[in-house]
Amino acid sequence: MIRTAWLVLKKDLTVEVRSLEIAYTTLFFAVSCILFFAFALVKEGKAPEDGAAGILWIAIAFGGTLALGRTFERERQSETLRALLMAPAARPAIYVGKLLGIVALLAAAEVVLVPLVAFLFQAPLLSHPFWLAAVLLSGTIGFAAVGTLFSAMLVRARSRDVLLPVLLYPITVPVIIAGVRATAALLQPDVELALVRFWVALLIALDVVFVTLALWTFEPLMTD
Amino acid sequence: MIPLDFEDLTAEDVSRHFGRRRALSRISFQTRKGSILGLLGPNGAGKSTMLAVLATLMRPSSGSVRYGTHTAVASGAALRSRIGILGHDLFLYPELTARENLAFFAGLYGAVHPQAAADAALQRSGLADRADDPVASFSRGMRQRVALERALIHNPRLVLLDEPFTGLDDASTAALIARLQGLRESGAIVVVATHDLDLAEGLLDTALFLRDGRVAEAVARPDALRSTYRTIMRRST
Amino acid sequence: MPKWFVPLAAATALMFAASPFLIANAPYEATMGLVQKIFYYHLPSAWVFLLSAIVCGIASARFLFGGSPRQDRLAYAAAELTVLFGAIVLVTGPLWARKAWGVWWQWDVRLTSSLMGWMVAWAYLLVRKYGGPGSDKLAAGLALFGMANVPFVYISVNYWRTIHPATSVVPTLPVDMGVALWFAVACFLLLFVLLLRLRVYLEEQRARLDALYLSLDE
Repeated sequence: MIRTAWLVLKKDLTVEVRSLEIAYTTLFFAVSCILFFAFALVKEGKAPEDGAAGILWIAIAFGGTLALGRTFERERQSETLRALLMAPAARPAIYVGKLLGIVALLAAAEVVLVPLVAFLFQAPLLSHPFWLAAVLLSGTIGFAAVGTLFSAMLVRARSRDVLLPVLLYPITVPVIIAGVRATAALLQPDVELALVRFWVALLIALDVVFVTLALWTFEPLMTD
Repeated sequence: MIPLDFEDLTAEDVSRHFGRRRALSRISFQTRKGSILGLLGPNGAGKSTMLAVLATLMRPSSGSVRYGTHTAVASGAALRSRIGILGHDLFLYPELTARENLAFFAGLYGAVHPQAAADAALQRSGLADRADDPVASFSRGMRQRVALERALIHNPRLVLLDEPFTGLDDASTAALIARLQGLRESGAIVVVATHDLDLAEGLLDTALFLRDGRVAEAVARPDALRSTYRTIMRRST
Repeated sequence: MPKWFVPLAAATALMFAASPFLIANAPYEATMGLVQKIFYYHLPSAWVFLLSAIVCGIASARFLFGGSPRQDRLAYAAAELTVLFGAIVLVTGPLWARKAWGVWWQWDVRLTSSLMGWMVAWAYLLVRKYGGPGSDKLAAGLALFGMANVPFVYISVNYWRTIHPATSVVPTLPVDMGVALWFAVACFLLLFVLLLRLRVYLEEQRARLDALYLSLDE
């Protein structure tokens, strides 16, 4: 099982590294998002309170949706998702491989986005790097866990481009709330670590529940 | 995973509908190892749907498919390891090289040495010199050859091919026919769906003519496929 | 028309006709006066909204893992009713809030969580309508995630505005409002059962029609 997940992950990373199409376009889109929100919300050079945290997470969510769509569009070409399902490999392992690929992609984007947001909004995002990484990782996993499952389900559906956000956003509201609140807490002059720990704990619980549920439902959702 | 094998393939009263549309209607046939069965018929006759059902990608709405004594529902992954499918959409990653595609699927199908399996497949298909080029740069015929190797890389008992002759030149077509005959000799069960009757002639052991999801005629050791086809088409209206 | 329809519909209609009288006779609430009476319809709708969502979730799970088309029909009907009763909650709530406390919307934890649940039910209907073939399973998956999400939504919304949640302005169940309240609850439950059965019946007829079309083809 682990071997399958690793093979799928390696394959996805290889394909992506060849062209870097999804990486570049997602990153550019996320940066545009940030600028868009900056223009919309910044008044007299100051973002609204906790604006930096909010803008960062919105950019991650929107960029993530784009990346998910493109990744599974690739599997739709030449029907390779069908080929993956035809293999005797355990279906949940395929899900895990794809999930890790998406998380890796988003993590790479976040490495650029976080300093950018810190730079544009004078936000001390890098003051507690360990906690910030924990927040970003657990939040990204939660978002990607649901996103990967829904995108895979939608590969053969009609209106899949618009249905992904329709399905994904209401479900990932707790991820966004927790992510933004935790990031905002890390930006305060005196950081309340207990508060950050609470949100990270919530995110981790959410990750466990969502990934488990996804592993459980992947097979019935993918069979015709 | 316990390895599984079977010597015949039986479809019993297989039907499949999508909402109100009947794609397959009570299809029954049986075929044994070391034979080539053809699913012939016009577009929309249900050939691709039947192949999908045989590949366990789709469950029939009613009826059953038996692989020897095994069924798809009971045997799951073990059964899938004995089935190879060459789809109309080739199932290859265009950004990866031929070698990478083959090694990936070999690994996915449980090969202990996927690189070696990939190399062997490349030799068989005569594409060893283009092994490290991305598949996107191949012609249709070459992509087809890689796709065929991908389908066969795990030595499947059941080989399903959906319109394999589409877009091939004469040389590639001859090579494919030779390959299929080789498969028959080695004891595989081959099912080919095609609407190209001239090519199918001489290749098939049994021909199943499908029309509107139904079996219009089943012919053993068919020859003069085209005239048989015309007769059936006229009759069924 | 199925046999149970007329008696059930009649019973529901009669009870709803009687309820305003019971509500009018109920004691006036201390601070809010007449306006509070909308609560007698708001609370039962909220309960039925929740019940409907749970029915949808369970039926979806049973459909996804058992494949029974009856469960799928039940899930679809329950999702529609979740949207319907959710709409009633989300309209009566703000109406009450406006008159009682001067604001239409307060990002109160219960109202906000209900809004999110309502959105998921809407998403379910959109998927069923526009998803094409296979959308029944897709929607079932969504319903399962929606259900699993409920505690997370509640907790995150609760602590969203402040780490010290203010005591909710929405009063907790005043059980001394007794008779009128439970009567209204019974009314809404009856209405729920009526609409659910009717909707499932409609889907069953559709399935029978499809089967007839198919057999025509034989």
